[in-house]
This record gives sequence, structure tokens and C-alpha cells, in this order.
Amino acid sequence: MYEQVLDKLLQPAGLGQQELEMALGRLLSSQIDFGELYFQHRVSESWSLEDGAVKGGSYDADQGVGVRAVAGAGTGFAYADTISLPSLIDAAASARAIARSGGEGRLQVGHAGAVPARYIADDPTVCGSATDRVELLRTIDAYVRSLDSRVSQVSVNLNASHESILVAATDGVLGGDVRPLVRLDIRVLMEEGERREQGFSGGGGRYRLDALMAPDFWQHHAEEAVRQATVNLGAEPAPAGYMTVVLGSGWPGVLLHEAVGHGLEGDFNRKGISAFSGRMGERVATEECTVVDDGTLADRRGSLSIDDEGTPTNCTTLIEKGRLVGYMQDRLNARLMGVEPTGNGRRESFAHLPMPRMTNTYMLPGQHDPGEVIASVDDGIYAVNFNGGQVDITSGKFVFAASEAYRIKNGKLGPAIKGVTLIGNGPDVLTRVGMVGNDLELDSGIGVCGKEGQGVPVGVGQPTLRIDGLTVGGTS
Amino acid sequence: MAQQAIKAAGIAELLHNPDRETDLLVDIATRVIDHARAGGADQAEVSVTSSLAREAGVRLGEIETLEEARDRGVRVTVYCNQCVGSASTGDLRADAIDETVERALAIARHTQPDRAAGLADAGLMATSFPDLDLWHPADLALDVLAERAREIEQAGRSADERIANSEGASVTTEAGLAVYANSHGFVGTSRGTRYSQSCVLIARDEAGMQRDYDYDTARTFDALASPASTGRGAADRTVRRLGARRVPTGKVPVLFAPEVARGLIGHLIGAVSGGNLYRRSSFLLDAAGKKVMPAWASLVERPHLPRGAKSSGFDGDGVATRESSLVSDGVLDRYVLSSYSARRLGLESTANAGGVRNLELLGADRSPEELMREMDRGLMVTELMGQGVNLVTGDYSRGAAGFWIENGAIAWPVEEITIAGHLRDMLANLRAAGTDVDTRHNIRTGSLLVDEMTVAGVSE
Repeated sequence: MYEQVLDKLLQPAGLGQQELEMALGRLLSSQIDFGELYFQHRVSESWSLEDGAVKGGSYDADQGVGVRAVAGAGTGFAYADTISLPSLIDAAASARAIARSGGEGRLQVGHAGAVPARYIADDPTVCGSATDRVELLRTIDAYVRSLDSRVSQVSVNLNASHESILVAATDGVLGGDVRPLVRLDIRVLMEEGERREQGFSGGGGRYRLDALMAPDFWQHHAEEAVRQATVNLGAEPAPAGYMTVVLGSGWPGVLLHEAVGHGLEGDFNRKGISAFSGRMGERVATEECTVVDDGTLADRRGSLSIDDEGTPTNCTTLIEKGRLVGYMQDRLNARLMGVEPTGNGRRESFAHLPMPRMTNTYMLPGQHDPGEVIASVDDGIYAVNFNGGQVDITSGKFVFAASEAYRIKNGKLGPAIKGVTLIGNGPDVLTRVGMVGNDLELDSGIGVCGKEGQGVPVGVGQPTLRIDGLTVGGTS
Repeated sequence: MAQQAIKAAGIAELLHNPDRETDLLVDIATRVIDHARAGGADQAEVSVTSSLAREAGVRLGEIETLEEARDRGVRVTVYCNQCVGSASTGDLRADAIDETVERALAIARHTQPDRAAGLADAGLMATSFPDLDLWHPADLALDVLAERAREIEQAGRSADERIANSEGASVTTEAGLAVYANSHGFVGTSRGTRYSQSCVLIARDEAGMQRDYDYDTARTFDALASPASTGRGAADRTVRRLGARRVPTGKVPVLFAPEVARGLIGHLIGAVSGGNLYRRSSFLLDAAGKKVMPAWASLVERPHLPRGAKSSGFDGDGVATRESSLVSDGVLDRYVLSSYSARRLGLESTANAGGVRNLELLGADRSPEELMREMDRGLMVTELMGQGVNLVTGDYSRGAAGFWIENGAIAWPVEEITIAGHLRDMLANLRAAGTDVDTRHNIRTGSLLVDEMTVAGVSE
């Protein structure tokens, strides 16, 4: 893969192994721990339909090189949006500003090792024709409208991107990766009398566009969006207060992402600013809970063959049977904490610095039938879909906003309730997991995680979970 | 050709010779429009941007990051028989730009016609370009920024012994040039500088850690708050959160501090924005001419405000901007429309392509202390979390942190609660606004007192 990317990214600019080594040489000083060049080329294509008409399409191309020099906990960083030798040398000179003094370090010549590919390298933006895509959007629009006469608005978005990256560092790290990513989103608005409600469904992953264009795929999401809007048309105001909450399988795993995932990223723990800092080995969840971050899953939205620092991805166990056993690390934080990088060093683009980020974060399945989990609740709510969440990693407080939820009374599902925000405390929410279902599911491929202004695609998942106490933000 | 010119312009050249860089951007824009027309487009528009940013971050007294960012970009949109194609690139070499235009044309050839598509009417284009006093370049080196960041963090860390840790302080300078041009022959240029500083601190007590921050931002470096003020501000805001706890579930008045009050006004803007209206995705459909706020409240847009956060003589469609009322004595005067959304709705553009520009709330007459006395007992919110705002239905439910108000004064800090209500009621039942206006932001408002919301915390 490395040679393939080298040809594609650098050869057109007249750059080769020799020029890479020259630029790395400019970065070196006796004061830095390592210096790194990150080349990236990305094209993305998107098509959208709303209000019955295809609004047009967009094609975006971006390329550049990010150069950093790392000395202790400090980083010098510069980038250029043109891949050329002069821009590379300029960026290297700027990035080296972090080094307090001069002197020459020793360049270790790298060798790109074989890394298992977690997805195909094909470019989804070149498969099929533009006419096919426009036709697909129109077909989906017509199909959604045929499902229910209360559908008044349909929005469909189709995105495909293809990215090539190459990493070369002064300490011999060398790697390349080619990453496809596709996504289809369907949003519907349904009206009944004075009431209007939305439904949403979508999915995707690292594969070709034809998978999204298959009728089975988009029909499922169209039906799901209509089903959700229908449920919400009949939803009642939600209760307010502290109560038992059952979370459905799959996408509700956003709970894990917010409540524990961010708090277990290496940077926050190295700095001692996470509510989980210094708690390695301690019990942070009930024994039923084992949580992993796995970047190796085939074709998944959150997966990577190598991370953006050239480290092959892993399945990292974060919480094992309730005990905190692992953090997610990039190179800088791993080195400062004296551990190995875990393949979680990610960046939004060449114009951003890498940091520890999640890939696909999920909880392993437990013993219980999901029906049994719901039946065990006297009074609470069952939340199955979410808009996303947010966490303050220092205080540990996290929220996530439900977009589909139901009341549970005496072990039985009751009426649908309006979307509510749930709020809790990360370090203790998993200590209140009363039951874990046997129905592990991963989400359909729609997650974007934001951290310090950088967005990266991620996955989440979980089995059905019962949490014995979360604050539910309703109005009644 | 373009490539040579760009190479000759060194990194800081943009600061010292903005005219030359602007000329270059205008050349590119003109070439793109000509190319698009020659390629079969009836109409075309393009924006070209060029910016330079520097940022220094310091944590625990040591430099954490030194960054220099030089960004350029071109986005072109072409219209062929009302079929739209758009493309962008970060590569300003002539061949890359040519390919970008071709990509946009190819998309337009394959897509469906959209009857609302096209440039804004030629008669609406801005013809005068007032000097809005936005360009105040200073070629500040990274070590100057780092030294200032160090001062800020030091002031914060030494302000209170309960400050136990830091996420650091940072200082940023940005200078940007932009050109928007279209096939009406309109060419609008703009330039602006921005300086920012921020500090994030961690305080600790027996109950755990709390984090908060302070920041400032200005068009001139000299107008920034002193390093000590931002550092101490961050320390004060962080320490006052220690010992936060939940409150009992119930209905109480809620005072939105200025940093979250602007979000409430932002939701109103979202609900009366063209895109949400033509998609029928707003709780304020058909609200023009109707009461959406109490009679004491008015909102006015001042796009020509000198040194304003979002000042500009023309909007994203090239349409001339002007001072304009949005809400008068509680009544919605108009929607917030671009040329496209206006056409979809059968209305006129309000010069709001790209959003509102420097929106001010009028009618505020009380200090924050008076507002607290007026509410007597309730919740003051200083931080909101999560996405629980549904503009389609107006349902509002978000995580919150702040302070409990008892006997008209701050009693203790609050966290891990939610506040919920309906946006239509929250806006209509605003009881009063504070004079503590936050002028750093595009939406300029002080504290807002909402009559009643449901607070969910512990069960009683």
C-alpha cells in the first residue's frame, strides 16, 4: 500500500524517497523526539435532494502536507496546501521552531511493513455515473412519499469520498493507506393536523457506492425514517427526573462514546484532567461490562488499517469485566506515559494535528434476552435512537439527546415520548448497569466525533443495557 | 501563472501587501467565471479565500504547540439551464482550478433543473463598499504569542490555590482575504484580521475536578483584554463551579447568562431562516407579522458595524447589506433569506446569504443583579450541553450547569441537570434582558430571563 500511495501522492509533484529524507533531515535537531510528514489527498462528492428536487451536487478536492516536530510535550506544526518540494521545506522549517536549540539528530531510514487492509482501496467517487446518482435520489424520494401520505418533506444526501495518506517520520515510521468512505442519509418530515415530526435513518462505511445503491439498503433506511417520524407523531411529553433507563442496542452506544470513551483518551489522562485519570485497574463498571475500541473491523466507518501516524490499528480493551484496563493512545501521549501507541492517533486532515481518538467503540454482549431487560423495569424509559451527545471529560458529566423513546411501566412498553436529553456522570454510570443484553449491534455507519474542532468518522455499538438511574430531561 | 505569483508571495506577504494578494484572488475569480461561461454555464459564481493564522499554546508554563497555517481555497458554482454544479479545491495552481471548474460543469450537466437556482438578481448587487475598519494586521511572531499565552496561564494559575491543573492558554492571530465574484460582473473583496486568546483551567476539591475557561477576541491586537484579565477570568469561572450538585426536579424561572443567551436568539434565527421555512422544518412557519417575543424586545441587524464580528457590505450572494430590523416590539418583521431560499418561498432576498450579521437585542434594561432579584428563586444557566433542540417542533431539552439562585442571589453551583421547555413559549415569555451584553459575538445580547422551565435533577 505504501508504494501505491507514494506513486499517487508524491510522484506527480516530482517527490520521491530521496526528497522525503531531505525534508525529514530539515526537521531533525538534537532537541526533537521525532519529526513527521503527513501527506494527504482527498476527493469527496456529494449529492442532495430536498423539497422534491435534486439541489445539485458538489465535488471537493483537497491535498496538502502537514509537518510536525515533537519535543517532549511540545509540538511545532505547519502545513502547506500544495504538495511540492519548496512548500515541504518551508513547512519543515516552520515546524522545527519548537526545537529550543539546533544540532543534528539522526535520521532513521524507514521501512513500510505489511499491514492487513481493513477495507478495499477502490475509489467510490468514480463508480457508476452521475446520472445514476441523481436517479437514485429521485427514486428514494418517490419511494419515501409512497410509504405514507403524511410525508411532506424528504431530504436525501449521498456522499462518497476517497482519501490517500502517507506518513513518514524521522524515527523510521513509514506507512500509507487508501480509504474509501460512503454514506446515505434519509430525513423525512411528516405532518398530521397541526403536528409535524421528523424521522431519520442512514448508514454507510468504507466500501463502494453500489452497496448504498442496492434497493435493500436504501429501502430499509427509507422505511426506518418513516417509522420513526410516525412514532414521534404520536409521542407524549416525557417525564422529568431521575429514573431507570433502558437503552436499545446499536447506535445508543453513543452512551459509551461520551460517558467513558473520551475520558479514556490518552491525552486527557496524561495531563490528569480526565475524571478517569489515575484510575487504571480500578472498578469503574459492573462486572457485566467489557468495553473495547476496535479499529480493525472490516469495512466499518470508524475502522482504519493504519492510524494517521502510521500505527496499525488494534482492538484495545478499555474496560474488562468492570475494571479499567486501557487508554487509547497516539504516539506523543504514549511516549510521555511510557506505553505503546494503540493505533488511535487520528486527525481530520493534513491541516490538523493528530490526537488520541476513538475508532469503533462498543460493549461486548451479556447474558440477557432484550425482552427480559425491559420486563425487569417497573417504571422508567426505553430509548432506542439518539441525535448524539457531548461530555465534559473533567467533571465527567455527559449528555445525549434521544430522538425515539418510550415509557416503561410494570415491565411493559408504554406510549412513545418526545425526544429528551439524558444526563449522567461518566465515571459512575457504568457502575449502575443492572443488566446487559445478548444482542450486541454496531451502528449503521453515521457517526462523526468532534474533539477540539476536529471531526472524524467513528462507530459505536452495544447490546441492550439497563441503567439503574439517569436524569431524564422531560417536561412533565 | 497563478502558481508563480503565489510562490513569490512569502507567508507574511499577505499581511504586508494585501492589495497584491487580493489582486491575485480577483484574477483567479475572473478566470474562473470566464472559464465557466465558456464551458456552457449561463451563470456562475466563485469565492476565493486566502488566510494566514498563527497560534501558540502553552500548558503548565511550557510551550505545547506552535502552529502556522496558510490556507487558500476556491469554490465555484455554475448554473446551466437552472441545473447546479459546485466544486472546490485547496490547490490554486491553474490546472487544478481548471479541473475544478470542469467538475462543476460536469455535475451541472447531469443533475436536474431546480427552478429556484441561480444568482441573486443583478439589481440587488452591492454597489458601494464602506470601509468597516476590519483590517488591522500585525506580523506577530510565534514566540511573542507564546509569551502572551504564558502570561495568561500564569495569571490564571496563581489567582487561586484551588486551581490544580491547566489545559493551557493559547493566543491566535488570523488575517484573511476573500473575493466573491459572479457572472453579473460583480466583484466584491473583503479583508479582516482577528486576534483571540483563551485559557482553560482545572480546579479541584474533595468532590472532584471542575473545568472552565475565559477568552477574548477582537479585530485589533491592542483591543484584546489584558493577559491577566483573561487568566483570572478563567480561574474565577472555574473555581466558582467547585462543589456543584444537582437540584430537585421542578418548574422554576431560568436566567440564561450572556454566553448561553445568544444561543436562544440563535434558535429564533434558525426557525425564521429560509432553509428551514421552505423545508417546513420550523416551529415558526408563517410567523412574519406575528408576535414571537415580548413587546419590550426588538432585534436589529447592523451589517456595517465598524469592527463588528461579521460586518460586511454584501452577503454571500453579493447582495447589498443594510441595517434592518428583524423583530420590532416583539413582532417578527421579516425572515432571514438568501436569494435561493427567498425564491423558494416566493419572497425577496433579505441579504442574509451566510446568516445574520451583527444582530443586536434592544430593550434590555436591567443589571444581572437586578435580574437575579427579579427571579428571586430559580436557576442561572452558564453552560448548556448536547443537541436536544428540535427546531421542527420547538421542543427543547438540554444538559445544563450553572448556579442556584435563592433570595435573589447566587446560592451554590449546579451541575448534572437538564432544562426543558418549548422554544415558542421560552421566547414569548422572556421576562427581561440584562445590560451585560457580550459584544464579542455576532449575536449581541445580555442575560435573558425565561419565565419558567422544567428542571430535572434529583427526585424529591
